[in-house]
Amino acid sequence: MRYTLHVNGGEHTVDVDGDTPLLWVLRDAIDLKGTKYGCGIGRCGACTVHVDGAAVRSCRMPVADVGKSAVTTIEGVGNTPAGAWLQAAWLEVDVVQCGYCQAGQIMSAAALIARNAAPSDGDIAAAMDGNICRCGTYLRIQEAIKRAAKNHSATPAERKGA
Amino acid sequence: MPQDRLSANPPERAARRSSRRHAGPSRRAFLTAGTAVGGGLLLSLSLPGFRGMAAEGKAGAAALNAFVSIAPDNSVTIVAKNPEIGQGVKTMLPMLIAEELDVDWKQVRTEQASFDPSLYEGQFAGGSMATPLNWLPMRRVGAAARQMLISAAMLAWKVPQSECATQSGQVRHLPTGRTLTYGVLSATAAKLPVPDLNRVKLKDPKDFKIIGHSIPGADSPLVVEGRPLFGIDTVVPGMLYAVFQKCPVFGGKVASANLDAIGKLPGVRHAFVVEGAAGHAFAAEGEMQLTGLMPGVAIVADSWWRADKARRQLAVRWDEGPTSRQSSEGFARRAAELADKPAEKTLRNDGDAAAALKGAARVVEAAYAYPFLAHATLEPQNCTAHVQGGKAEIWAPTQNPDAGRKLVAQTLGLDEKNIVVHLTRIGGGFGRRLMNDYMVEAAWISKVTGAPVKLVWNRSDDIQHDFYRPAGWHFLKGGLDKNGKLVAWHQHFVSFGGNGKFASSAGMSANSYPAGRVANLFYGASMMPLGVPTGPLRAPGDNGLIFVFQSFIDEMAHAAGKDPLQFQIDLLGGRTVLPGGFDTGRARDVLEKVREVSGWGNRQLPAGTGLGVAFAYSHLGYFAEVVEAAVSAAGRVNVNKVWAVGDIGSQIVNPTAAVNMAQGAILDGLGEALNQKITIDKGRVAQANLDTFAPLSMTQAAPIEVHFLVSDNSPTGLGEPPLPPAVPALCNAIFAATGKRVRSLPVDPKTLRV
Ligand code: FES
Ligand code: FES
Repeated sequence: MRYTLHVNGGEHTVDVDGDTPLLWVLRDAIDLKGTKYGCGIGRCGACTVHVDGAAVRSCRMPVADVGKSAVTTIEGVGNTPAGAWLQAAWLEVDVVQCGYCQAGQIMSAAALIARNAAPSDGDIAAAMDGNICRCGTYLRIQEAIKRAAKNHSATPAERKGA
Repeated sequence: MPQDRLSANPPERAARRSSRRHAGPSRRAFLTAGTAVGGGLLLSLSLPGFRGMAAEGKAGAAALNAFVSIAPDNSVTIVAKNPEIGQGVKTMLPMLIAEELDVDWKQVRTEQASFDPSLYEGQFAGGSMATPLNWLPMRRVGAAARQMLISAAMLAWKVPQSECATQSGQVRHLPTGRTLTYGVLSATAAKLPVPDLNRVKLKDPKDFKIIGHSIPGADSPLVVEGRPLFGIDTVVPGMLYAVFQKCPVFGGKVASANLDAIGKLPGVRHAFVVEGAAGHAFAAEGEMQLTGLMPGVAIVADSWWRADKARRQLAVRWDEGPTSRQSSEGFARRAAELADKPAEKTLRNDGDAAAALKGAARVVEAAYAYPFLAHATLEPQNCTAHVQGGKAEIWAPTQNPDAGRKLVAQTLGLDEKNIVVHLTRIGGGFGRRLMNDYMVEAAWISKVTGAPVKLVWNRSDDIQHDFYRPAGWHFLKGGLDKNGKLVAWHQHFVSFGGNGKFASSAGMSANSYPAGRVANLFYGASMMPLGVPTGPLRAPGDNGLIFVFQSFIDEMAHAAGKDPLQFQIDLLGGRTVLPGGFDTGRARDVLEKVREVSGWGNRQLPAGTGLGVAFAYSHLGYFAEVVEAAVSAAGRVNVNKVWAVGDIGSQIVNPTAAVNMAQGAILDGLGEALNQKITIDKGRVAQANLDTFAPLSMTQAAPIEVHFLVSDNSPTGLGEPPLPPAVPALCNAIFAATGKRVRSLPVDPKTLRV
């Protein structure tokens, strides 16, 4: 079956089985390798992407269900203000260990701070708890999200002062 | 260069990036450009301590190592020789070289070496060994290069060495203030003789500008943009995708399979039986881990999804072999039976433990147990291989490429020289990828199909075909004299193995602490045969043993009516180095420091909340940890906070990475204690995914304060030492909170209910 997907602002037509999870379409048909496979059952978050702005586990979404929705992946999230601030904060806080979970972490965090400019610890935990980091970088993930949220919601003048 | 990226204003950066999105260099181009940095200095050096060549005055003769190249524009490329599994070695090893080379870190780009024993030694990730093995050799590489650059400047200026100094990638002529950049000097310098590496002058640590300063992960800017770095991201033109179904019972063979039906499914190109090859899945302690090729069915398709989907139709009749009746329950029962018999093997026998127990004022008896554990690296096992015409090219997320190449060579009948192994970034190691089963499987499947093949295990393959941390059972008796001093220790360890040899990672050293500190001490072991492959998991041995030792010492402290931390310090006694290299003084120091930073003994805690302490000497490092845990009426354990104090020598090479690593290792330990258990049933693993084998989640993570004590010892590694104490410190905190002793892992909330 042919499907035309809207990914990171571009159109991609792929010829795959309709039950193929969006994850594998992104990785192997469109060659966007940033979205990661970890469990295939929605339990690790490594495959998180945005579908119309909402964080979605792409391993659980058949390509046939994507339709005309806008898909954003880690390769494209840096084009959004929330994503860009998060990527910067991730580097400033030096979050990464092996890095395998981090695309999914950033995608979940980007969906969070796009709708909640000042997430509390509880908000962060609720939004992020489905994203496993096997290396245990959770403390820095929390710190980076707070830092990015602050920058994201600050005015340019406040940012300069920071 | 991380600094450059950090300084960019993110939204502007985003705009810039989007315009070059489709023209951006691929990772491969990026790497090629690195090695092509042309016209510059390529330093090939032999490393003393690795091969001893330089010591014999034959530097550069046969054992060449290439680490440093400097381009005319003064950009410096430094090779990291070891596999990056998240331990930060791709940043740390180049830092050591860059420091002595005397360049600014912002000039430096780091590059991952391929596996090449003709250039590099010790290309592995394991045992927390990267720092102790490379601390001096890598610095010498940098210092030798610096000396060659100075020599080139001396030739250019016709001045003596005493008038030259270096700074920030330049040589400076002190009397005149003239400077030449390394980039300008590098072509000349490359032709000069390599200095004797044993005699190059190294910096005084007080002059360090890179070592000891926090340098963000070299690849992190690429990671946060989702660039293809990992083994699973490998693309080779014409590549097919494979899955490999092995028998759920380890080593079981294929009796028959519906290959014809599978071959007709959409996208499937090949479906065939792999008979497997001799080789042992179950190496004894200390032996080379050649894992063999397990039998199974390979399905090769035009996409991974189709290969894995076809597998759901696969019907295999297995010949399960002799171990299909083994179970965790059966092992536990047998262990309890063996506990009543004398130990098969005496590991250590000091004084007379039996007599001392008889004469003790107080005796405590306890049985401890811990389960099998999987590694569950977040990147599942995978490998890409192209085998053709007696040659192989392999892209492998392996911690141990040397053993992997040997295994492929042996199994496929290839010459090692004809096998190229590229090292990819690795999505978690924890010891799993010291084994190379995925590598030999990919190579075999590629050979049979004649095409490049990417083999990716699904998560169930990964959980169900690991080399597990072996379960263990310990039966202990401890005796106190009338003053509450520990005078007797009797321990019977029931483990796995055969013919008097422990299975891999299932052993216990005769020097295990508190040996040497209890006058009457007996360590004995009995072994059960096992069909389950075992292997090293982060802090192998210690990740289970330290739970037992440090929990039981805590039990003895409470039985003696003493403060557990003080009891530990008293037991350590005076400063001395015990056999096995354990320095009681360093252990005392980390305990004293953790007492101070945690406010031990000075804190008012609410009911149901307690502090626990434990320490370990593991992989050359010393860590003492205090956990504050709260236990609810329903038995739910919440870790409020952890304080950790480590002594890994005179220098923390990269402080930001060190704190990250220590926190991660401690959380790993908490995850093992709270969540994780692999159960064997009918010879196979009962768990199949991360729902039933769950790593620690964010809501389970606690704030962790990490402190390092600087001691007068050569720097050692950090990947493993912080993990072991976390487990008993938590369990001891649970005891302090509830009065209930955790003697079996993982912690079972049902047993903690009030
Ligand atoms: S791969 Fe989708 S949640 Fe794990
Ligand atoms: S950084 Fe390794 S899984 Fe998160």
